[in-house]
Amino acid sequence: MNMLSEAAVEKALDKKMNEVAYKMIGKDVSVYYGEKRALFDVNLNVRENTVTALIGPSGCGKSTFLRTLNRMNDTIEGCRVTGKITLDEDDIYDKEIDVVELRARVGMVFQKPNPFPKSIYENIAYGPRIHGLARNKADMDQIVEASLQRAGLWAEVKDRLHEGGTGLSGGQQQRLCIARAVAVSPEVILMDEPCSALDPIATAKVEELIHELRANYTIVIVTHSMQQAARVSQRTAMFHLGQLVEENDTDKMFTNPDDQRTQDYIMGRFG
Amino acid sequence: MTDVVSFPAGASAKPARRDIGIKRRYAAERRFRAYGIAALSFGILFLFILLYSVVSKGYTAFQQTMITVPVEFSEQIIDKDNERATDPQKLVTANYPLIARNAVAKVLGVAETDRSGLRAVNQMISDGVRGQLRDMVVANPQIIGTTQTVSLLAAGDIDSAFKGQIDLSVSENNRKVSDQQVGWMNQLAESGALGKHFNTGIFVNGNSSRPEAAGVGVALIGSFYMMLIVLVLALPIGVAASIYLEEFAPKNKFTDLIEVNINNLAAVPSIVYGLLGLAVFINFMGLPRSASLVGGLVLTLMTLPTIIIATRAALKAVPPSIRAAALGLGASKMQTIFHHVLPLAMPGILTGTIIGLAHALGETAPLLLIGMVAFVANYPTTPMDPSTALPVQIYMWANEAERAFVERTSGAIIILLLFLVVMNVGAILLRRRFERRW
Repeated sequence: MNMLSEAAVEKALDKKMNEVAYKMIGKDVSVYYGEKRALFDVNLNVRENTVTALIGPSGCGKSTFLRTLNRMNDTIEGCRVTGKITLDEDDIYDKEIDVVELRARVGMVFQKPNPFPKSIYENIAYGPRIHGLARNKADMDQIVEASLQRAGLWAEVKDRLHEGGTGLSGGQQQRLCIARAVAVSPEVILMDEPCSALDPIATAKVEELIHELRANYTIVIVTHSMQQAARVSQRTAMFHLGQLVEENDTDKMFTNPDDQRTQDYIMGRFG
Repeated sequence: MTDVVSFPAGASAKPARRDIGIKRRYAAERRFRAYGIAALSFGILFLFILLYSVVSKGYTAFQQTMITVPVEFSEQIIDKDNERATDPQKLVTANYPLIARNAVAKVLGVAETDRSGLRAVNQMISDGVRGQLRDMVVANPQIIGTTQTVSLLAAGDIDSAFKGQIDLSVSENNRKVSDQQVGWMNQLAESGALGKHFNTGIFVNGNSSRPEAAGVGVALIGSFYMMLIVLVLALPIGVAASIYLEEFAPKNKFTDLIEVNINNLAAVPSIVYGLLGLAVFINFMGLPRSASLVGGLVLTLMTLPTIIIATRAALKAVPPSIRAAALGLGASKMQTIFHHVLPLAMPGILTGTIIGLAHALGETAPLLLIGMVAFVANYPTTPMDPSTALPVQIYMWANEAERAFVERTSGAIIILLLFLVVMNVGAILLRRRFERRW
């Protein structure tokens, strides 16, 4: 009896744990670059406080999909997005939505580390400054320290905050970029192959960091490395030729995928 | 994914020979290097010839022959009837060259009755002494009746003769200075009365038909005003236009057309801009002729395409990753451009601007058409006043007949080149300040 109720409680808890909270919902998302269609009616939901990995061969549309999530595609001439993407119920392609505010809520880390050619401090402080997040210098100092700490960079750079951000090593630069994205307190962080320009040790550090960030942020990461997807993500989505092939728990994806193409790709038969 | 294309069968049969033509390849490289070095040496040689010819001809222009003698400010000549208290014009219109002539004649021992001798003495002194002595007397009327030691400006021909620029072996009738004057000149030089002094006049005087009194003062001010106008107008307009075209304007046929036209405008002969300025600024808008304002406006039009092309290239060269980083943080397009892109493009923009300014500084043709080729002796106080420009001044002096203008033409070229060097050094220093690695 007791045992049973305990099991029931556990089951209920489990169910609650498994009750999915979606942070972003993409419905019938299609992207056109001029005449060329790059994405075909993608339906993909991003779960809150989860790392979602987007995998697939080059040119399959995974980066394009990632960039629709904070409307970075807007900056490309001739790019058109149809369908609907919501962030906490807000349609982000709605005319009412301010793209500047959206990008503050959905931050982005790029493939190549791209710190501003300014000091480490200024790199972090820029975002909070333009969004008015700090009322005074002490506030700003605190934001800078907290962001660097979140990105695991504080210990390495605390004595050289006012030296150039471009003088750091590649891995440190990428973590600086993550700290910079974190500094504006986003809800979602998009990462476009964040480790492709890094050596294995720096990659391991960034992966570890992604793991820690998951507690506070929803993360979507595009990666070419199957191992990386398997290591850092809880959910994986497989793209092929502009279509979403399959989206599943990472464990299932890598052991027993539903779709043959996923299996072939993961086994290295194409791509 | 791709089909494997195999090498032709024969290729793999024998071991590959990699030494075919290797000597020729190295020879081609050596030849190319030799061409490069030859071209460079040629360029450097011509640069040296240019600088040598300008400096060797022009350095004497910075020295001026003066005759230092005791001058008696005779009341008899200046103000015979003692009217200076009631008529101030009296001091202005007095016969000062006579005072100067008498002073030199006295030192040389020429009798007051020797009329041809006195005329020859008079020819040795510049007419510029009129202004020189007048200014002394007007500033301090007390000196009338006293004797003061004054360095008088020697006439242009004496200046040239003393610098050895007049061939004295030519027969006396065919040269500008007589044997008698040369004798006096040597006599005065031996006694130390006649000698070369630093020529401040060439920097501060306005134009003059007498080479010894001519200077580039007015031209310097005119050129300075024009550069200021070009900088103030062309830089912001050019940079704003480039930012709009590069970052905001949609890419369509119309903007393509504009781009082609801007590139073409940079190649339009400058005299055409002069005609445009004449038609628009002077005939239509009624701005004054010969004014550095009009000159500056014309040069602005001429410089704009250069600045726009350079600025667009500099903006294009900023890595897109910097833009993406700023946009990804939620910066607006305007913030992205002004906080990140523009500072990084600044060195390139400055380089383009300085090239445009240097081009404008040396431009003569359009200025001829808007009347800046005028003879201007008085300082312009505002850009609306008539003035001239350094290259125009050089052009005008190059047309003068007197021997002494030859060295002054080269002297003015040296001043123009120095002006350019100062501008370029300023630009390099500014660029250093803005330059950042990324």
